[in-house]
Amino acid sequence: MDVHEYQAKELLSGFGVPVAKGAVAFSPDQAVYAATELGGWSWAVKAQIHAGARGKAGGIKLCKTYHEVREAAQELLGKRLVTLQTGPEGKPVQRVYVEVAEPFDRELYLGYVLDRKAERIRVIASQRGGMEIEEIARTEPEAILQVLVEPAVGLQAFQARELAFQLGLNIKQAQSCVSTIMNAYRAFRDCDATMLEINPLVVAKDDRVLALDAKMSFDDNALFRRHNVADMYDPSQQDPREAQAAEHNLNYIGLDGEIGCIVNGAGLAMATMDMIKHAGGTPANFLDVGGGASPERIATAMKLVTSDANVKAVLVNIFAGINRCDWVAKGVVQACGSMDIKVPLVVRLAGTNVEEGRKILAESGLKLITADTLAEAAQKAVAACQGKLQAA
Amino acid sequence: MSILIDETTPVIIQGMTGDKGTFHAKEMIAYGTNVVGGVTPGKGGGKHLDRPLFNTVKEAVAATGATTSITFVAPAFCADAIMEAADAGIRLVCSITDGIPAQDMMRVKRYLMRYPRDRRTMMVGPNCAGIISPGKSMLGIMPGHIYLPGKVGVISRSGTLGYEAASQMKAHGIGISTSVGIGGDPINGSSFLDHLALFEEDPETEAVLMIGEIGGPQEAEASAWIKDNMSKPVIGFVAGLTAPKGRRMGHAGAIISAAGDSAAEKAEIMRSCGLTVAPNPSEFGSTVAGVIGA
Repeated sequence: MDVHEYQAKELLSGFGVPVAKGAVAFSPDQAVYAATELGGWSWAVKAQIHAGARGKAGGIKLCKTYHEVREAAQELLGKRLVTLQTGPEGKPVQRVYVEVAEPFDRELYLGYVLDRKAERIRVIASQRGGMEIEEIARTEPEAILQVLVEPAVGLQAFQARELAFQLGLNIKQAQSCVSTIMNAYRAFRDCDATMLEINPLVVAKDDRVLALDAKMSFDDNALFRRHNVADMYDPSQQDPREAQAAEHNLNYIGLDGEIGCIVNGAGLAMATMDMIKHAGGTPANFLDVGGGASPERIATAMKLVTSDANVKAVLVNIFAGINRCDWVAKGVVQACGSMDIKVPLVVRLAGTNVEEGRKILAESGLKLITADTLAEAAQKAVAACQGKLQAA
Repeated sequence: MSILIDETTPVIIQGMTGDKGTFHAKEMIAYGTNVVGGVTPGKGGGKHLDRPLFNTVKEAVAATGATTSITFVAPAFCADAIMEAADAGIRLVCSITDGIPAQDMMRVKRYLMRYPRDRRTMMVGPNCAGIISPGKSMLGIMPGHIYLPGKVGVISRSGTLGYEAASQMKAHGIGISTSVGIGGDPINGSSFLDHLALFEEDPETEAVLMIGEIGGPQEAEASAWIKDNMSKPVIGFVAGLTAPKGRRMGHAGAIISAAGDSAAEKAEIMRSCGLTVAPNPSEFGSTVAGVIGA
């Protein structure tokens, strides 16, 4: 799960990471009020979306008067901001963050990531702040400093100190930086984050080191024990169909093809999409209904997939282990009974209770196209999508 | 022979008395798995499915001599259950549980390393379908009847795609020595490489099918190892050719985030390391048949 910049800063600040003073606003009036409350002589008005590269896309505006703050907020709020990371459809801006703009001397980079290869938390730092880390890695790999955290004891002060001095800081700045590195690590660990990026981490004129931007992502599997993080969920930043699927505990990702897919298991779902492509069609979505799919879940999945206007055929592919084919068949029958499905439906069942499942489908009187193997299912779905095959 | 489990392997089930634990315990017992007991804290001294129950894994091991455990424990408590099994001297833990926090798995992996190699616990999963040595023992949630006993080893990240492969192989009359599901999480207890090494040692396994997916470095590491160390033929496949970059495809680990993570890149690495790559997921059976000459 991703959160907004202001939410990440709230969390970090709670762990003792210094951040510039700021406040969130949902309207231009609130933005101006925030600026007056915060004080100072200039402010940055920052669009809050779940994507980076906002600066270049005009999502961050420097303002010298309250009037400029109002204008900036007016311009940003309610619009869809398109950045290099959002895709062409952009993300809706429903909140802005008003931050006191402080002069600073240097921009650094500080990041934390759960490294799946090393199976440890990796801390990454660089003197080249303000740039994208991928860019630095490509052009100047030697400018990237890295430290792996031993999980049994956590990040040690000496590791943070080594980083701070390698960043070229004087002793006063280094002290501030060490506590920032340690505190941000604690925030990462204690909130079950998977990614934390402070870019830039700036060195202020008075030698303080503070986070000017912050991005955090969290482990969905750990949200059950991080209520403060779970409460930060913002469905507006997600594709509406994906948000709807998430409500029903379905794993859905919309794509731009024509064949809707309902599959159990992520690997088989991906393989089914690959198979459709191989047969000459295009998948409209990834959908994993998971283990133990009840008739209700299958019916919900059918509704979700057929709500996509591009879908010209639906392929249900269930290889039941923990699932049972008879339940899946009941779900298909239930869904077809409760809604008017206008596109051809191809169903392939295999595994546990497959005979009962096929019997339920055959006796339902529904117009279905059935298939026994993955290849047959994909070929039939593509043929049905092209209007070359109809249910018997 | 087979790897990891056979009909003699004494198994305990952690979380045996829950709904899922009970359902799959029955299936495993029916398949012939040597289930010697269950562990549910607070229910020690009782019986379930005619097997003794224990409060702790240590008690269960002392009373039954169990060497292997399977966990049907809720995600919040599963890391603890795995470490308990490791500390009790269990040699193989298979974790079916889906949804264990990644940082918990990080700590579990570190914890397992505290034991010397000769008594270290092998972990399979989490978020996997389990292990089956067809005709001998089943430690998982798979439909047992789709597996034919035989001489091909299978390692798969995805459960259902592993089923797909097994049923295609059965249709070609090809049997399986052992099938291992390593799970779809970013941090696995064991990797392709761990099980490839076991299959290489197993005299009755003649070839191995490894089914990967997008995301992570495991398939590339395994391919490099195969090139240098494996004498038996390996057939490979990577799911997710049509997966877009940066989107998580269901499994927490299935996301293209770095170079070498995509299905096409991984398949190319496999080919360059001498693996035979199945051209599409409906040709597991025919590709394996072609390689072993069945």
